Amino acid sequence: MEQVINFFGENIQMVYVVILSVFVGVELIGKVPTVLHTPLMSGANAIHGVVIIGAIIVMLNSDPDNYLSLGLGFLAVILGTLNVVGGFVVTDRMLEMFKKKK
Amino acid sequence: MIENNILYIIYLVASVTFIMGLKMLGHPETARKGNLVAAGGMLLAILGTIVMYEDPHGNTTRESIKIVLILFAILVGTVSGWIAAKKVKMTSMPEMVSLFNGMGGACAALISLIEFEHNTGQQLSMLTVMAGLIIGSVSFSGSIIAFMKLNGTLNKPVRLPSYNIINLVVMIATVLLGLYIAFSGTTSHALLYLAFALALTYGIMLVIPIGGADMPVVISLLNSFTGVAAAFGGFLYDNPVMLTGGILVGSAGTILTLVMCNAMNRPLSNVIFGAFGESGSGEGVQREGATGSIKDINISDTAVLMNYSKKVIIVPGYGLAVAQAQHIIHELENILEERGVEVKYAVHPVAGRMPGHMNVLLAESNVDYSKLVEMEDINPEFATTDVVLVVGANDVVNPAAKTDPASPIYGMPILEVEDSAHIIVNKRSMNAGYAGIDNELFYNPKTSMLFGDAKAVLTQLVTELKTM
Repeated sequence: MEQVINFFGENIQMVYVVILSVFVGVELIGKVPTVLHTPLMSGANAIHGVVIIGAIIVMLNSDPDNYLSLGLGFLAVILGTLNVVGGFVVTDRMLEMFKKKK
Repeated sequence: MIENNILYIIYLVASVTFIMGLKMLGHPETARKGNLVAAGGMLLAILGTIVMYEDPHGNTTRESIKIVLILFAILVGTVSGWIAAKKVKMTSMPEMVSLFNGMGGACAALISLIEFEHNTGQQLSMLTVMAGLIIGSVSFSGSIIAFMKLNGTLNKPVRLPSYNIINLVVMIATVLLGLYIAFSGTTSHALLYLAFALALTYGIMLVIPIGGADMPVVISLLNSFTGVAAAFGGFLYDNPVMLTGGILVGSAGTILTLVMCNAMNRPLSNVIFGAFGESGSGEGVQREGATGSIKDINISDTAVLMNYSKKVIIVPGYGLAVAQAQHIIHELENILEERGVEVKYAVHPVAGRMPGHMNVLLAESNVDYSKLVEMEDINPEFATTDVVLVVGANDVVNPAAKTDPASPIYGMPILEVEDSAHIIVNKRSMNAGYAGIDNELFYNPKTSMLFGDAKAVLTQLVTELKTM
């Protein structure tokens, strides 16, 4: 129990960020019209590609002669980039079609 | 030190762009800009990390070999992601999203595999490593299965006997193993890879029994999984942008999943534990009510009927998209409008394979945004409609959802097309819809069946109308 309380105390900023982000996420989705659900899902999909930051950090922190770590990190960066770039481009293509017509 | 602080400011800006981007994505006028805003924030965060990131333990070095590898990996990912996203057909959009989602999950899992050895013995970090590994892997293998199901490689729900219990056992085993690795301080790579394999297996087993009709919900759920996996990476590195980005998507994705389940009026647990497929296949045999005579109609009679109507409502379904008939249906709409017929589209929330998918497809063929009417708004209008044209839709107009408590789709809100004067259903054959159940609507005395490929039939219909 003490451990848990201490964990909250030491990481209180993060806990705040998590809880507030949860509420922001919920609020953002609440009022979206059905027509935009697919692009929204796709846009959100691109945003979780932020995991690529972690992959870059892995590579920056690894030993230059630790080939396993570098290799896996390399693969992770490729996958993360695919998620980010593919996600944003697909979303843009979907939204391109919603252009208002006169 | 100053660099690190600049990086934190960049992360803050990026987090704000994610929130703004998601917000703007919720409104038709700002959606496209919102996507670009979020993409801009992402670019900033990535560049900032490459140039300025410093590990608090001083592990970070920037040998040129590492930087070259990073940039090369980004180049490879960018080029292939860009090409894939540009080339994909609008009808294949859902599986593309699923595939990209899987890539994110795999990325999170790989990070955890590498970070394992740097964090042995630290229970809390290890807990986040294992959580990232398990959630990322489930999301990865699940997304790949969803991808294969949607593109038709895997088209039958596979259900082992008592798979719910087996799935539950695999899930519990995965979680327990993850907890054991985190808290025992073990350094065994064998256990790590066992957890990895178990999580991948669970992802496969989670998605494989689920039928095509539920795939949108599954993709949305896996999307939020990947978000959570990214957030665990944020915990691990104390990285605020990964944390906010991941949690935002995690919570937004969960809400989106629930919104979709709501549209189908099915609790999420039904989707996951599959009350759908089981009762669907089991009860199809005993349904005798849905028999009777079917009335055919030919092209010219359809053309006459529509030409002299005041109001026509088109109900597009996934069959329309499969037949690539979204352009020709817009042409049909134009011709009818020229003749003074009021034309609207009734879009069911789960028409197509993702919510809003049908809207994307119709928007692609320049159908006016204001003609796409959502279910709640169009249902009262059917009573004043002369002809309803159902193209490639089935379950979303099945009256069994209202009348037959034994039906697997009972309770799902449907488009109440039977209130209108005439119903014309275009289908390729009498095959059942995605949910695999019969549709009484086809036997309704007001219903006429117009068999044939949607594109071919609509093309002939347009030609016929032009001669009138």
